[in-house]
Amino acid sequence: MQKAIDTSAICKRFGNTTALSNISFSVNESEVFGFIGPDGAGKTTLMRIITTLMLPDSGDINVLGKNCRTEFKELRKEIGYMPGRFSLYQDLSVEENLEFYATVFGTSVKENYDLIYDIYSHIEPFKKRLAGKLSGGMKQKLALSCALIHKPRLLVLDEPTTGVDAVSRSEFWDMLGKLRQYNITILVSTPYMDEAMRCDRVALIQNGNLLAIDTPGEVRNGYGRKLFSVKSADKYKLIIALRSLNETITSFPFGESVHVTFKNDRIPENLNSLLQNQGINDALTEETEAGIEDRFLELMQTAGPSFVKTTEGKAARQ
Amino acid sequence: MRTILYLIRKEFIQIFRNKFISKAIFAVPIVQMLILVPAVTFELKNVDIVIIDKDLTPESRGLISKLAGSTFFRISGKTWSEKEAENLMLHNKCDIILHIPDEFGMNIGNGKPAVLQAGIDAINSSSAQLSWAYINGIIRDYNSDITIDNISTSGVSSFPIIDITNRYWYNEELNYKYYMLPGILVILVTAIGFLLAGLNMVREKEIGTIEQINVTPVRKHQFIIAKMVPFLLIGLIDLGVGLSIGKLAFNIPFEGSILLMFLGAAIFLIAVLGLALFLSTFSGSQQQYMFVAFFCMIIFILMSGIFTPYESMPQWAQDFNLINPVAYLMRINRMVMLKGSSMNDISGELISLGVIAVCFSTFAVRRYRKTA
Repeated sequence: MQKAIDTSAICKRFGNTTALSNISFSVNESEVFGFIGPDGAGKTTLMRIITTLMLPDSGDINVLGKNCRTEFKELRKEIGYMPGRFSLYQDLSVEENLEFYATVFGTSVKENYDLIYDIYSHIEPFKKRLAGKLSGGMKQKLALSCALIHKPRLLVLDEPTTGVDAVSRSEFWDMLGKLRQYNITILVSTPYMDEAMRCDRVALIQNGNLLAIDTPGEVRNGYGRKLFSVKSADKYKLIIALRSLNETITSFPFGESVHVTFKNDRIPENLNSLLQNQGINDALTEETEAGIEDRFLELMQTAGPSFVKTTEGKAARQ
Repeated sequence: MRTILYLIRKEFIQIFRNKFISKAIFAVPIVQMLILVPAVTFELKNVDIVIIDKDLTPESRGLISKLAGSTFFRISGKTWSEKEAENLMLHNKCDIILHIPDEFGMNIGNGKPAVLQAGIDAINSSSAQLSWAYINGIIRDYNSDITIDNISTSGVSSFPIIDITNRYWYNEELNYKYYMLPGILVILVTAIGFLLAGLNMVREKEIGTIEQINVTPVRKHQFIIAKMVPFLLIGLIDLGVGLSIGKLAFNIPFEGSILLMFLGAAIFLIAVLGLALFLSTFSGSQQQYMFVAFFCMIIFILMSGIFTPYESMPQWAQDFNLINPVAYLMRINRMVMLKGSSMNDISGELISLGVIAVCFSTFAVRRYRKTA
């Protein structure tokens, strides 16, 4: 099968910062491919290179069988791009924006209406409203409609769900799922680990390096240790306590609980009494299944301790 | 072609949806013409004179009444104290001190040369020189009156006097408005070309919409043309508004062909818009662009010869004006409006402007990058 995207050893530097180092991967046609990584990992840079907005310093990249350096003109007709920042004309109405993008791609709204129907029908009642006056979720739907209106073969979405509420995020992924029937390859980046499960394959990216590429299930299975979740009312105290223990290898906050790995992959016998010494009396420990995020943290641990800090910040933010 | 038209349509929708800009486009020419044309003038009126008359003879009174009779001067005070007169000038209460010494009348009566002293506030050197020229003229006039009086009393019947008469061509009454109005029109068109289009372009960068445009198959020249055309039309419309005001409010004569003037303005606008869009590719924010554009605009306008004659500038300034579109339009406008110059007379200017327009526009298209 022809690859939708094929890259080998892409590098991009901005001054002294290495945004991407030796990125090689390929994306199959009509697959939903996710880039998962924290802010500043290099996701946007990579997407800008794929959408021909930027050239890599070195390395080869082919998109839809076309070379990004030489055949970018033909390529632009077949890519739909939704930048991370809302980039439609805020002073044009919903309808005008859609018509505008249809026209610059040499098509019309009517021609590809069936493709965007599921998405656009939500905002069609507000088609006379200025795009700048839409709510966040509606803006996102309009942006997706505009990116799809010329029936692209590749849809590139840069953090489409950042800053959108949980319900709209879920809805958005449902809409992407419906696009599968049109054989559109979808490339999506997100800082939310839970969204990774909705991709066919994901690439974990950190500081310009690819840490892993696989299906979400396999990425999770790659987790090398037994993982335990510890719960307590005072999570902050719990983490400090766990980290002070000799038996603890890693401990990270995860939602309500703390995910911990221990030496020998088992709960230390005297764990509860050790925690009680530190004033935690309600600790509840059980084995749990590793998620993408746990795998991500594990991969970063091996990559170097400096990475962990940023991820803790990210986890706290979530 | 269809894409360009659609892009242009989009620009117009945006311009007219912006409540402020859509009004300002028409308000600016009206206000600018009504305020600047009468205000920016070199005509000298009401120059305040303080007189130190130590003579107090019929001769000195005759001179004073002659000064008071002219429209240029206003006798704002008389004093015997030089100190007081100097104080008045120091506090901007008068522009000229005329000192009439006490032998003035006596000397004239005795047929000896009489002396006067005039002190002129020269903070503004050109108005000082003009005042001096006027006061000189009045005194010379008074002088010849005295001479003729003396001659007639001494009985000599004829006395050879060279009498020169002059006529001011193309602006017979030396109406300063006629000179300034075509220049103000140029400033108007320059401001529209320079600021609106460039800011519009940088705004697209600032709010990120250019990102989305760049991934579309829209060609570079299509995008640049679509940014130029709306402001070209607005510039021409504003020129029309400005001209109508000139006719209605100031009754300015229009000797040449209106069409020719619009042709010049259209080529000029392409040049200025090209330069503006070229500069906008270097700027990341509207603030940055404003600073650069304002700097360029001031240089172009001040060097264009709007206030100072083009020919009296140093050679390097004249050389610079070869690439200054504003200087060309300044000449074209004045020649067409006041002199009635035809296509042949201004073909040199038109061709030069055309070359500049093509160059700047090409720079703009070449510099605009769809890929970083």
